Amino acid sequence: MKQQLVVVGNGMAGVSCVEQILKQSHDFEITIFGDETHVNYNRIMLSLVLAGEKTADDIVLNDLNWYQNNGIRTRLGIKIAAIDRERRHVIDELGGVTEYDKLILATGSSAFIPPIPGVEKKNVHVFRTLDDTRALLDKSRSGLKTVVIGGGLLGLEAARGLQVRGCDVTVVHLMDKLMDRQLDATGGEYLRRKIESLGIRVMLPKQTAAVFGNGHVDGLRFANGEEIEADLVVIAAGIRPNAELAKHAGIKVSRGIVVNDHMETSDPSIFAVGECTEHRGQVFGLVAPLFEQGRVLAETITGVRTKTFAGASQAAKLKIMGVDIFSAGSIDDTEPGIDIVRYEDPSLGVYKKILLKDNRLHGVILVGDTEDEHTYTDWLRNGTDLTELRRQVLFPPRDADPGLEVAAMPDSETICGCNGVSKGTIVQAIHEHGITGLTQLKRLTRASTSCGSCTGLCEKLLRAVTPDFQEETRTTLCNCLPFSYEKLRDIIRGQKLKSVEEVLAVYGNRKGCEVCKPALSYMLDMLWCGDHEEDRSARFINDRVHANIQKDGTFSVIPRMRGGVTSAAELRKIADVADKYNVPMVKVTGSQRIDLLGIKKADLPRVWADLGMISGQAYTKGVRMVKTCVGTEFCRFGVQDSTNAGIELERRLENLFTPHKYKMGVVGCPRNCAEATVKDLGLIGNEGSWQVVVGGAAGKSVRKADLLITVETTEQALEASDLFFQYYRENANYLERTYDFVERFGIEKIRKETVYASDELKSGILDRLARSKAISKDPWLERDAPANPTQFVQIQPMEAPTK
Amino acid sequence: MTQESVWTAITKTENIPLREGRAVTVGGVEVAIFNVNGRFLTIENACPHKGGPLCDGIVSGTTVVCPLHGQRFDLETGAPVLAAQPTCLATFPTRVENGIVLVDLEHVNRIEN
Repeated sequence: MKQQLVVVGNGMAGVSCVEQILKQSHDFEITIFGDETHVNYNRIMLSLVLAGEKTADDIVLNDLNWYQNNGIRTRLGIKIAAIDRERRHVIDELGGVTEYDKLILATGSSAFIPPIPGVEKKNVHVFRTLDDTRALLDKSRSGLKTVVIGGGLLGLEAARGLQVRGCDVTVVHLMDKLMDRQLDATGGEYLRRKIESLGIRVMLPKQTAAVFGNGHVDGLRFANGEEIEADLVVIAAGIRPNAELAKHAGIKVSRGIVVNDHMETSDPSIFAVGECTEHRGQVFGLVAPLFEQGRVLAETITGVRTKTFAGASQAAKLKIMGVDIFSAGSIDDTEPGIDIVRYEDPSLGVYKKILLKDNRLHGVILVGDTEDEHTYTDWLRNGTDLTELRRQVLFPPRDADPGLEVAAMPDSETICGCNGVSKGTIVQAIHEHGITGLTQLKRLTRASTSCGSCTGLCEKLLRAVTPDFQEETRTTLCNCLPFSYEKLRDIIRGQKLKSVEEVLAVYGNRKGCEVCKPALSYMLDMLWCGDHEEDRSARFINDRVHANIQKDGTFSVIPRMRGGVTSAAELRKIADVADKYNVPMVKVTGSQRIDLLGIKKADLPRVWADLGMISGQAYTKGVRMVKTCVGTEFCRFGVQDSTNAGIELERRLENLFTPHKYKMGVVGCPRNCAEATVKDLGLIGNEGSWQVVVGGAAGKSVRKADLLITVETTEQALEASDLFFQYYRENANYLERTYDFVERFGIEKIRKETVYASDELKSGILDRLARSKAISKDPWLERDAPANPTQFVQIQPMEAPTK
Repeated sequence: MTQESVWTAITKTENIPLREGRAVTVGGVEVAIFNVNGRFLTIENACPHKGGPLCDGIVSGTTVVCPLHGQRFDLETGAPVLAAQPTCLATFPTRVENGIVLVDLEHVNRIEN
C-alpha cells in the first residue's frame, strides 16, 4: 500500500521537492495543499509580470496537467488550520481531515509588514504573490505617486516594474544604502546612481513613522518629521518564515521551522523545505538553496539519504534590465584575515569588489558588469585555490576550452535552477531541434528564462555542443532605455505611446540621449505611419533643418533628381543658386545628383525656394535615391526601360524614413552600369523579366545583393520592392543597413514573409506603406511653414550688452 | 566683492523651442541658449574639440551632445561629460523676465581644468 504524503504549500520549494521525489519513487500518494488558488508559478519572476515583460501564464512552472499526470491531488485555495501529530492528520480551514504518513511543510514566507501606524489603509500593498501583483497592476497608472518602502532586491524590482507602468516612483529605505544585505557602501552608491538614472527617486536613510490619509493613503511621514505624498504604497521590507502552523503543533521553531541536514523537523514524520525553514540558524530567501533543500529532502523521504544540506552561500542577482548587480558569499570585510581587491570606473558605472580569505574567494560584489558571475560562483562553491590567479581575480581568465567545464558536469546536473532544466535536457534539445543560439534554446527548453543567472552556462553548453553556435549580440538600444528594439516596438504599439518624451518618461530615464532619441523618433514614425507627435528636439540637426551639417556648421543641399535624370532648366536654376549664394563647392555626387556645399542655415529656405526642386533627403536615414542607367530609351544593349522604372520607384518611396539610409539602383541589362547589385535594393532588367535584389552594399562594407525574386513585369518588380522596403522598415533595428539586416534575418525568411507571403499579409504590408506614404511630404516645404519661428532664422539679440 | 549683474535682453522665450538650443552673438561672443524643459541655460557655442555648433546638438537631460563628433557637455557647468576633450566651456547666468530670455555676459563661469 502506498504511503500518504501530504505537502502543505504549493510554491516553488515544495513542488520542486515533489518533482524530485517522483523521479526517485512512486511509493507515495501525494496531496498538495496551496493557500493560493494558482498552480505552481515562478515567484522570482513576479517583478517581470509587474513590468509587463511576462504574463501570468508565462511564469507557470507546473500546469494542471502536470498534477493530473502525476496523480497528485491538489487542494488549491485551502489553508491548513492545524496539524494533529498524534493522529497523523492535518485539518484544513473547512474542517476537512487529511491523513498522512509523511508530512512536508513548505509553507514559505510572508511579506514582513513593519509595525507602522496606518499600514492598514487602502492602497497600501505588499508584493509577494501573483494576486498581489495583479492588485498592483490594477492600481498602477501613469503619473500615480508611488512609494516603495524597502530598497532591497524585491523593493527595487517592484519599483522598476511600477515605474515602467508609468507610476512616479520613490524608493525609501531604512538603511543608508540600497541592497544593504548584498552591497557595501560604494556598491550601494553605484546602484543608487543607476536607479536614479532610470528615473526612480531614492531616499535614504529614511525611517517611515506613519502612513497618513483618510481611509486611503495620502502619504508617508518619516521619523524626522518629513513627509512625502503617495497614492500607492508598496511594502517590500523583507520576509518572515511562515512557521505558525508548525509552532502550534509543537514542532521546534525558532525564526523558522528548525530542520537538520536531512531536512527533518523535531517530529520524525514531519519535514520542512523552503523559506519556512531554519537551518543551522540561517533562514533563506533566494531560490537556489531551496532547490538544493528539495533534492536533499527527496532523498530523505525516499530513504536514499546520501545527500545532506550543508547550508548555502547566498548569491543574489537583481532582475532589472540594464542594472547589473551580483553579490555572493560573505561581504563582511571586517572579518579578520580578509584581503580585499577592488576595481571601479565611475563613468562606466562599474564596481567590483572581491573578498579573499586564505587565497580563496570569500565574497564578491559586482555592479555594472556581471559577466563573470559564474566563474565567481564556481570559485565560491568549489573553494578554488586562487594563489596562481591572484593577479586576475578582478578579470578572471575566460576558459580556453569552454567544453571542459561542461564536459565535467553530469547529465542530471541542473543548469537552470529556476525552471529545473538539466544539462541532459538541454543537450538533447540542442540535438533534436538543431538549436544554434540562446534565444532558440530559451524558447524550446525555458532554460535561462527566469533570473538569467545561468545564461553564461547555457552559452557555454551551446558553444560546446552545437557545431554552428551563433553568439548573439546584445541589441539593447542604450542605457536610457534598456530594452531590445523588438521589445520597444511592442511597448510603443501596445502602450499606444505617441511621442519620444512619453516613451522615455514611462520606460526610460526621462532624459534620453543622442542614440535613443533619433531611434525612437524613427520607430514612432514607422509604427504610427507618420500619424504621431513629431518631436523635432529628439532628432539630429539634419532632420531639424533638412540639410546635412558640415564640419564648419554650414549645410549641404542636394535636390532630388529622380533616377538621376535632370534638364537644362534645372541645371540653370542650380547654377543661378550657386552664383547667388556664393556656394563654395558644387559637386556631382556618386548617386547621380548635384550637391551644393557650404550653405548657411539661415539661407536654406531661400535656396530651396530658388531651386524650386524637392528635397533629395541626402541628409537623413531615409530614401536617398534611385541610380539608373539609360536603359532601352537610348542604350543599344538595354532590354528594360530602367530609367522610367527607376523614376517611378523613387517617386513611390521618396520622403519616407528608414532605419538607415536606403539607396536603390535600376539597370536595363545585366551589364549593371548603375551598380544595382551593390544597392540596398536593385532591379536588374533582363529580356522579359526583372531580378529584384536586396541587401547590397558598396560603402563601409561591400556585399553583393541577394536575389529576392525574379518577376516578369515592371509593376511586379515595383510591388516586390515596396514589400521589401516596408518589411525592412518594420523589422530592422535603427541604424541597421539592409546588408546587415538581410544577413541577420536570412533571405529565405525575408522571401517567405514578403514576396511569398499570403495575399493577406502582403496587402497588410502594402497598406501600412501606403498610409505612411499618404502622410509624407517634401520636408523643404517648411521653407514657407517652419516648424518653429527660429528653425532657420538666426536670433538677433534684442539689445546690445551694456558695458 | 560681487559685481552687480548686467543682464542683456536676448529674445522671446518662444524663439527657443523645448529641448533645443539657438545660437546668438552678443557683444562679439557667440553663445548657445538652451531651453531645458522651461529652464534656460547659456553656454559657449563652439565645441572645444573641432568647433562644432553646440546649439544644434541633441539635449539629453541637462547635457548637450555636439552634432559633429558626439562630445558631450553639461549645460549647467560647462564641464565635459565623457568627452575626449577635457576643456570646460564657459557658462553664463541666464534668467527669464516677462517672457524674455536675459543673459549676463559679464559674469562668465568657467570651471578651471
